[in-house]
Amino acid sequence: MKARVHVTLKNGVLDPQGKAIAHSLNRLGFAEVGDVRQGKYIELELTESDTAKAKARLEDMCRKLLANTVIENYSIELVGR
Amino acid sequence: MKAAVIVFPGSNRDGDVAQALELVTGRKPQMVWHGAGDFDKADLMVIPGGCSYGDYLRWGAMAAQSPVMAEVTRRAAQGVPVLAICNGFQIAAEAGLLPGVLMRNAHLKFVCADVHLKVETSQSLFTSRYQAGQVIRVPVAHAEGNYFADDETLARIKERGQVAFRYCSADGAVDGPLGEEANPNGSIMNIAGVYNEAKTVMGLMPHPENAVEGLFGSTDGRALFEGLVEALA
Repeated sequence: MKARVHVTLKNGVLDPQGKAIAHSLNRLGFAEVGDVRQGKYIELELTESDTAKAKARLEDMCRKLLANTVIENYSIELVGR
Repeated sequence: MKAAVIVFPGSNRDGDVAQALELVTGRKPQMVWHGAGDFDKADLMVIPGGCSYGDYLRWGAMAAQSPVMAEVTRRAAQGVPVLAICNGFQIAAEAGLLPGVLMRNAHLKFVCADVHLKVETSQSLFTSRYQAGQVIRVPVAHAEGNYFADDETLARIKERGQVAFRYCSADGAVDGPLGEEANPNGSIMNIAGVYNEAKTVMGLMPHPENAVEGLFGSTDGRALFEGLVEALA
């Protein structure tokens, strides 16, 4: 099965890259763009077929490596074949 | 003082810090490769600057999980001092040896400049040769030195005296409106360096190892290494 992990900055944590993206979009004429927050998208191929087990392992992966929970949140999505 | 310098693929200030250590100790430090599960006894472990593992995922994140860091963490828990500079600071924070995290500079630019630092306390292994409140000049060279910690952590490290250095102006002003020169990266509370609770681990973004001889334009970093030699010899 495949997992999709999104890692985003927590609310209240300054995101200068998001700000720069918003600024550039505004400058390109996309005046409707307000606040922008950017993050990471990570796709993982797993050999585990048990959804609950996979989810528990992914939680562990996120806490240990994929996200820094001081400043980042993560969300996990599992996709079957 | 026997020092060990931890070297990762992508470290690039390992040679600089090794030279600074040799200058004050008269002997070459042990260089320890990232895959090492064990290394010779050392009185001081140094995690140098660079771009370990290409700064993949997050600066310091991959190195923090390397085999050698498990050993560094084990020894640090036993009280062996750790000096973590620049990328080393990022690695130590990611490994949980130090509170907080280093983020992308607020202005998104790489900053390479001399900065002024206020020494917060002389009551540590690392700063015994300085006076509390002393202003020193050392260089920084980083794109991700923007220190951040949540309010609770900040209050705690402030109360326990875990702030090591703060960016300041040449005359030592830390509070009040600051120009880019005084705070080069947007760090919260102008924090440039922090200690762990026991003050045996110190991380800082600036490079004291690049301010140890007259040729560098500043020798203000030398006292840090001399203080360590005095304390650990």
